[in-house]
Amino acid sequence: MSATAVHSLWTTDGLSASDGLWAHGGLWAAAAEPVAKIDSPQIEYSLIAPTLIVIGAAVLGILVEAFVPRRSRYYVQLFLSVVALVSAFAAVVALAADGRGTTESGIAAMGALAVDGPALFLQGTILLAGLVSVFTFAERRLDPEAHGNRVDSFAAQAASVPGSESEQAAVKAGFTTTEVFPLALFAIGGMLVFPAANDLLTLFIALEVFSLPLYLLCALARRKRLMSQEAAVKYFLLGAFSSAFLLFGIALLYGYAGTVSYAGIADVVDGTVQNVTPALAGTMGNDALLLVGAALILMGLLFKVGAVPFHMWTPDVYQGAPTPVTGFMAAATKVAAFGALLRLLYVVLPGLRWDWRPVMWGVAIVTMLLGAIVAITQTDIKRLLAYSSIAHAGFILAGVIATTPDGISSVLFYLLAYSFVTIGAFAVVTLVRDAGGEATHLSKWAGLGRRSPLVAAVFAVFLLAFAGIPLTSGFAGKFAVFKAAAEGGAGALVVVGVISSAIAAFFYIRVIVLMFFSEPKPEGPTVAVPSPLTMTAIGVGVAVTLVLGLAPQYFLDLANQAGVFVR
Amino acid sequence: MENLIALLVAAPLLGAVILLCGGRRLDRTGHWLGTLLALGSFVVAALLFTDMLGRDGEDRAMHQHLFSWIPVGGFQADIAFQLDQLSMTFVLLITGVGSLIHIYSIGYMEHDERRRRFFGYLNLFLAAMLILVIADNYLLLYVGWEGVGLASYLLIGFWQHKPSAATAAKKAFLVNRVGDMGLSIAIMLMFTTFGTFAFGDVLAATGETSEGKLTAIGLMLLLAACGKSAQVPLQSWLGDAMEGPTPVSALIHAATMVTAGVYLITRSGAIFNAAPDAQLAVVIVGAVTLLFGAIVGCAKDDIKKALAGSTMSQIGYMVLAAGLGPIGYAFAIMHLVTHGFFKAGLFLGAGSVMHGMNDEVDMRKYGGLRKYMPVTFVTFGLGYLAIIGFPGLSGFWSKDKIIEAAFAYGDGVRPWIFGGVALLGAGITAFYMTRVMLMTFFGEKRWQPTPDPHKEPSAEPAADDAHAGEMPHPHESPKSMTIPMIVLAFGSVFAGGLFSLNESFVHWLEPVTAFEHPHPVISVPAITASTMVVLAIGVAIAWFMYGKRPVPVTAPRGSVLTRAARRDLLQDDFNHVVLVRGGEHLTRSLVYVDHTLVDGVVNGTAASFGGLSGRMRKLQNGFARSYAVSMLGGTAVLVAATLLMRAV
Repeated sequence: MSATAVHSLWTTDGLSASDGLWAHGGLWAAAAEPVAKIDSPQIEYSLIAPTLIVIGAAVLGILVEAFVPRRSRYYVQLFLSVVALVSAFAAVVALAADGRGTTESGIAAMGALAVDGPALFLQGTILLAGLVSVFTFAERRLDPEAHGNRVDSFAAQAASVPGSESEQAAVKAGFTTTEVFPLALFAIGGMLVFPAANDLLTLFIALEVFSLPLYLLCALARRKRLMSQEAAVKYFLLGAFSSAFLLFGIALLYGYAGTVSYAGIADVVDGTVQNVTPALAGTMGNDALLLVGAALILMGLLFKVGAVPFHMWTPDVYQGAPTPVTGFMAAATKVAAFGALLRLLYVVLPGLRWDWRPVMWGVAIVTMLLGAIVAITQTDIKRLLAYSSIAHAGFILAGVIATTPDGISSVLFYLLAYSFVTIGAFAVVTLVRDAGGEATHLSKWAGLGRRSPLVAAVFAVFLLAFAGIPLTSGFAGKFAVFKAAAEGGAGALVVVGVISSAIAAFFYIRVIVLMFFSEPKPEGPTVAVPSPLTMTAIGVGVAVTLVLGLAPQYFLDLANQAGVFVR
Repeated sequence: MENLIALLVAAPLLGAVILLCGGRRLDRTGHWLGTLLALGSFVVAALLFTDMLGRDGEDRAMHQHLFSWIPVGGFQADIAFQLDQLSMTFVLLITGVGSLIHIYSIGYMEHDERRRRFFGYLNLFLAAMLILVIADNYLLLYVGWEGVGLASYLLIGFWQHKPSAATAAKKAFLVNRVGDMGLSIAIMLMFTTFGTFAFGDVLAATGETSEGKLTAIGLMLLLAACGKSAQVPLQSWLGDAMEGPTPVSALIHAATMVTAGVYLITRSGAIFNAAPDAQLAVVIVGAVTLLFGAIVGCAKDDIKKALAGSTMSQIGYMVLAAGLGPIGYAFAIMHLVTHGFFKAGLFLGAGSVMHGMNDEVDMRKYGGLRKYMPVTFVTFGLGYLAIIGFPGLSGFWSKDKIIEAAFAYGDGVRPWIFGGVALLGAGITAFYMTRVMLMTFFGEKRWQPTPDPHKEPSAEPAADDAHAGEMPHPHESPKSMTIPMIVLAFGSVFAGGLFSLNESFVHWLEPVTAFEHPHPVISVPAITASTMVVLAIGVAIAWFMYGKRPVPVTAPRGSVLTRAARRDLLQDDFNHVVLVRGGEHLTRSLVYVDHTLVDGVVNGTAASFGGLSGRMRKLQNGFARSYAVSMLGGTAVLVAATLLMRAV
């Protein structure tokens, strides 16, 4: 199974200044020499500016929490977050305009990070999705005012026990958890690194950097706090569990290749590197280590994208988390995790693709079918969307499995399309409310189209996009991944995909029928009028959905240009 | 210059968007905006026309490629325009007459509170019609085709509170659907046969294609033309379409949209030329409709429906001519343009009469109006002379040529049959138009008090309660209505002669449609002479029946033919018995199959997936420990499977 030639298909040779150092274990060898002289690391700050800006702003955000008076924190934090995300996005665009995504792509920060097309495209997507999500985080008009203070979706004070006196006191004092903004920024920072990570350790650190804030954010719901905390604990436990597998996989791969660098491992997999590190002579090149290690790392990433059978956390967490966080998580996490998955499979393991492809086939098929089928009987709109996200993970996997350049670009496009639909849909969910907060039970959505035609119509657009109806971004994306999969020799997968889409269409359309063709209930929910923040989020969602549906070609071309990994 | 082409469409389209989305704040100014944009489009058309005149005949076609609409592998659909002499003729007619009718509508719709919407629809129609005639491929043409269908539907049913208008709109839409199916099948056939939709490529490739395929495409195109142009057997909607406001009848259902079928056949000339059987079908349809419409027109007492029958008949002439091949295309289009002038003029005149007569449409309740509405009388009269083919006026030049060409069609009995039909049609045209003229403007007053609209809804609902029970006070219409009528009357008088001067119109179109001189089986002067005789006979009979004798206010029972003609020659009865009943039977049996067989399978599938879903969701039990076990199991399977893949 030597497949050295295949690399040129997906990768270009990078301009890595430090390739030799990390990739071939040079550093370790150097460290072992008696007169060790450790060079100061060489960091190309401009190349990793987007990440630095976001992380820097997150750190500043913590200082804000410490030093800015409570009353103005919300505004300062919102301002800081928006500025950080916008300027980080500008930095991404500047890098792309510089050709860093195409001809000038390369490796930065001593081989730790790749700066190439997929990385920049996904970072841009994550930043935009993050920005829109931050808008929904900052929404303060939906809930009725508590004691004269405007409140958002988050608990007044995270540390207070639900239902306790201290909680009531916090509400009365008008506390708000403005920490959500720096937490979101940290998460976004980790997500920016995740798809760009070019060695396994960076991958792991990025994973933890974006996962930990998410665990916290999940626990912060203002309403139904116990459910929210339960969701957070489950997410944390299972996330930690999967991280352990991932870490173990990393260890095994290091044992196999003697390096954690992607390029280095790939070289060993291809058999182009023969010199064995003395300390690892016993294990290097042992295929069992490679296969088990790869499978474990894949498992860690599949957990993050919510693929079956590692999907169990998704419905519970999506339902329990504050809805803006759910939207953020569903969109941005998926983008970041699929980015990392793509890089792993296309850069590190292309030589192994005859081994992982059949396995991923199985995962994709089960994911699509289970997501679509179980969604049929859901009665809670957030759980419904959670299963829908599982099914979509399956569709995206079909594109990943294509192992062609089209596979990469179609997945990039799908992620862009999907993330905006998702954030928009969850933002609409925050609007439909009754006395207990959001009215997420589907029966309460009956006849919504009669009461609030606009909101129902917007939600219908999102549902149609999820279902992949033409003229929406969902269709363009699904068409792209299925086309790539079919051309990549995964025809059977496409058949299953289309069948699952048909099943999925049933429950999406059912919600539309429910909204427009059922009699509204007398004590049904009301639709809150949001501030311009949420309106922007929803409006952007609709706009992106329609633009990508009506004129997908420009963005497909963009994804195509960006679809080459550096190595 | 070529970049201006898109502007033709863009101006009215912008108007439609603004007027339809603008809301009530545009109620005061909307009609001016709509009219200005229509005029703007006309100005652009005139600019393009002068530019085109400055070039040689072969180089006059202009192209503008906007963008690739759907580029998928071998499938290429473009938004691209082509403006050649044929399209230019239509563009000038559409924007010119369209602008006039916009102006007319300002006065006509003055008291309608939904006037802004009306102008929005009119602009939408203009945009769609322009797309139809300047598209450079069949797919984009189809977009325009459907667009005008939509606009027509919206405008026929504009007074939607009247059940008759709503029904008429629905009927027009449904009948047109049949024709549209024809067009879409034709386009699909083209794609499978030629692999493209572009006019240039399709029409150039007809030489290498089998005649059978071309005949099939031709027949489907004919079906499409029948729907849009109200030709037998899809003619039934046009009479009912007169439920729409009169400017709509003038613009859409007389001058422009209904001629789209003629455009389609002429544009696809290369296909028909290579498929003589399809061409024969076109000629037959044209000839049958020509007589059908004329006979219906003879019996109608509703002025607009009489004119609608006439429209049908005149389009029959055009279709007949278009079916004759290169000897007829130019004359079909020429008659189309002159007809556009005089028929629009006649409809506007009818609207003006109705405006003055409290929206009465029954000609038996008119009479003697010439003194009260002089401008309307003169313009209507000129249109009348033009349509019957009075020597020297527009209709004479164009219709006479068609009769000549019909006498030159094929060999054996064909020229005699089709020439004879065309000649007979001219006589009947003279009869029914004289009848309309006499009943409306001559004789004694037979005016009746306006019926209470609540008891007996008249065709035009603008009859508000204020007029109920009053005697009409006929008066001349406002300037905004008479000026367009005067302009159109000029066209009715002079256009035909101008076009025939040195055969200028024929030479203008020749690069697009090709032209051969017809060689009729009898000499041209003989044909002209017999046309005059037939015309005189028609006028004379009409004068004896309606001029000399008084016209009874209630219609006499009449002969079997008259009664049948009043019922549109039983077209609706036929459709009802054959299509509606048949359709109901078919539906019922299909519903039975659907309920028992299809639903069984579908519901069974749904139920099994639902059951599966119910069982699978039980796995999601809410315990983190079970989830962790499932993850562990999943990982084990993943690892095992990966290792297994290596082993096998």
